[in-house]
Amino acid sequence: MDTSFENGSLTRSDLPLRVINSGKSLLAVNARQRIRRSFNQIRTENIFKRSLVIIGLIMVILVLGILLTLVIQSLPSIKSLGLKYLWGKVWDPVQDIYGAWPFLLGTLLTSFLALIISIAFSISVAIFLGEYYPKGWFPNLLKNTVELIAAVPSVIYGFWGLAVLVPIVRNFETHIGVEPVGVGIFSSSLILAVMIIPYAASLGRSMIQMVPSQLKEGAYSLGATRWEVIRSVVLPYTKSGLFAGVLLSLGRALGETMAVTMVIGNTSLIPRNIFAPGNTMASVIANEFTEADKPVYLSALIELGLVLFLVTVVINLIGKKIIDRFTNE
Amino acid sequence: MKRISFNIKGLFTAGILFAFLGLVSCGDGGNASGGKSDSTASGNNDDNTVVGAGSSFDAPLFSKTFAEYNKITGLRVNYQSVGSGAGISQLTNKTVDFGASDAPMNDKQDSAVLAPVLHIPVTAGAVVLSYNLPEVKDTLQLSPVVLADIFLGNITKWNDPRIVTLNKAAKLPATSIVIAHRSDGSGTSNIFTTYLSKVSDAWSTKVGKGSSVNWPVGLGGKGNEGVAGLIKQTPGAIGYIELAYAIQNNMAYAKMQNKAGNFITPSIASVTAAANITIPADSKVSLTNTDAADGYPISGFSWILIYKEQKYSDRSLDKATKLLKLLSWVIHDGQQFSAALNYAPLSPAAVIIGDAILKSATYDGKPILQ
Repeated sequence: MDTSFENGSLTRSDLPLRVINSGKSLLAVNARQRIRRSFNQIRTENIFKRSLVIIGLIMVILVLGILLTLVIQSLPSIKSLGLKYLWGKVWDPVQDIYGAWPFLLGTLLTSFLALIISIAFSISVAIFLGEYYPKGWFPNLLKNTVELIAAVPSVIYGFWGLAVLVPIVRNFETHIGVEPVGVGIFSSSLILAVMIIPYAASLGRSMIQMVPSQLKEGAYSLGATRWEVIRSVVLPYTKSGLFAGVLLSLGRALGETMAVTMVIGNTSLIPRNIFAPGNTMASVIANEFTEADKPVYLSALIELGLVLFLVTVVINLIGKKIIDRFTNE
Repeated sequence: MKRISFNIKGLFTAGILFAFLGLVSCGDGGNASGGKSDSTASGNNDDNTVVGAGSSFDAPLFSKTFAEYNKITGLRVNYQSVGSGAGISQLTNKTVDFGASDAPMNDKQDSAVLAPVLHIPVTAGAVVLSYNLPEVKDTLQLSPVVLADIFLGNITKWNDPRIVTLNKAAKLPATSIVIAHRSDGSGTSNIFTTYLSKVSDAWSTKVGKGSSVNWPVGLGGKGNEGVAGLIKQTPGAIGYIELAYAIQNNMAYAKMQNKAGNFITPSIASVTAAANITIPADSKVSLTNTDAADGYPISGFSWILIYKEQKYSDRSLDKATKLLKLLSWVIHDGQQFSAALNYAPLSPAAVIIGDAILKSATYDGKPILQ
């Protein structure tokens, strides 16, 4: 600290004048002020750093706390049902038989189907906005519209799905000859696909905009067409970012509750095909939690929450591994 | 630098300690909730407010009757429409003065409550079968066995001979039957499945009765409005909803054959008629499939639940008396508001039993109402 004080004071251009005018006392006062300031600076640094650590810790504690609560509350169900809970096919609250398999299947089916449908749209939007038309009124409109999709509350999607999408799907089902109920896995996947587009699209767009222009210019100067630049320069360069966006949207799809509950048909039977009604873990919890009138029933529902939590964690870990592999290449 | 890193370490230890404490208090959470709620109940010692929670079916009726009672006596009643099961658990935890439920407490709920609980019938409702058959102009007629077979998935077409014999005049289409049921746990489902369990052995063994059951076929909708939405949208759909909801939304509903063999149109009068039977002293009776000749068979009481011994968690005699007087008013004068809101008023037999039950409530062992 001393050195910094000396350096600081001595390099000032007006110092000699002041020293001459007011003698040594001023220098001493200045020095004390500088020291006090330095201490203040150090203290601010420390407080700032400490608060960052505390806030970080709170986040960790919060997530661990949620996990612990889920585990503790689902102990009665784990004890009475064991591991069979995971692949049990029957969910019968009357006879206290709880199997999560239909809901686990429903959650994974709707989420991955939604992901497959949405990828084409989100990557296209990302390339269009990131590479072809980054500026202008139409790209701006498109960008804002896509971002608005993420801001609309999910119950509105559910309502829209029930009023508009379900009748269309029912018509379609009549044409292809499956039981025309309209609501079901397929309808919920369509709704979910719309809802998750913005997550992958906006992350992908910023990733594509960050591709160094030297790389692209180099490719152009070698005679590559725009499509070739996108295929062999932009996409390979941004694939980990694009994948991270896709992962983000998958996370959203897994946990979505309200919109799915409204259009999935809510039956505890294992879906026979993607047009059949089903149920997801989140919507079962939303539906049955308030009236779960037996301790084991309540606990089984909480265990469903725990399974959903773990599924999300596992999928995220796998995703991280894949992203790491992409970036290491 | 060294000091800073030490600080971080200190913070980490503190954080882990904190997490551990969180864990311990979490672990206690389940058991401690009773004690915690006790304090809430006694914290709510404003003697001019009564707190209740439970059945959402009762909520519109209660908000009318309690508002009227407030005009007369000034007593405020805070009723939370959280669902029957949640109402029972709040009464168990003693966070409310009374609970309200569309189903009597089951054995597991009974064993969770440490003190005896009184069931006071306050109103009756009905569950109707609503359907979407634009071609059929006459009211559909259903018999108990046919209804059970439809919901079991054994009858899948509307022009099934067994439905046709019940509705000779109507031209039934060859469309498939789509079943709509409640996806959320509800007293409505409880009344409906109780009825089906009574009239069909197959239903009773395969599915059973409860607020939520494992439906063999069909689509689930959340709430009356969810089921009604599915029925309105899907041609050939049939589902069960509350009578009041069906009347308010002009939905078509079927006549049901009762135990006496008559086909009964669900209405306030036919529900009250169904309740005009011999009611047991504890009033815990299902009104489904009763012997009443002109009663609608899929009916049910809704009960208010209170503790028999009203002296608990620092409750004053004054508050207990106010609660009991309120309930006595609800089953007598309060009944006049039922019909306008499409609830069935209590039958005379039910009011007599309700009076006897209210008189059995005690404070410190002494009866409250004379």
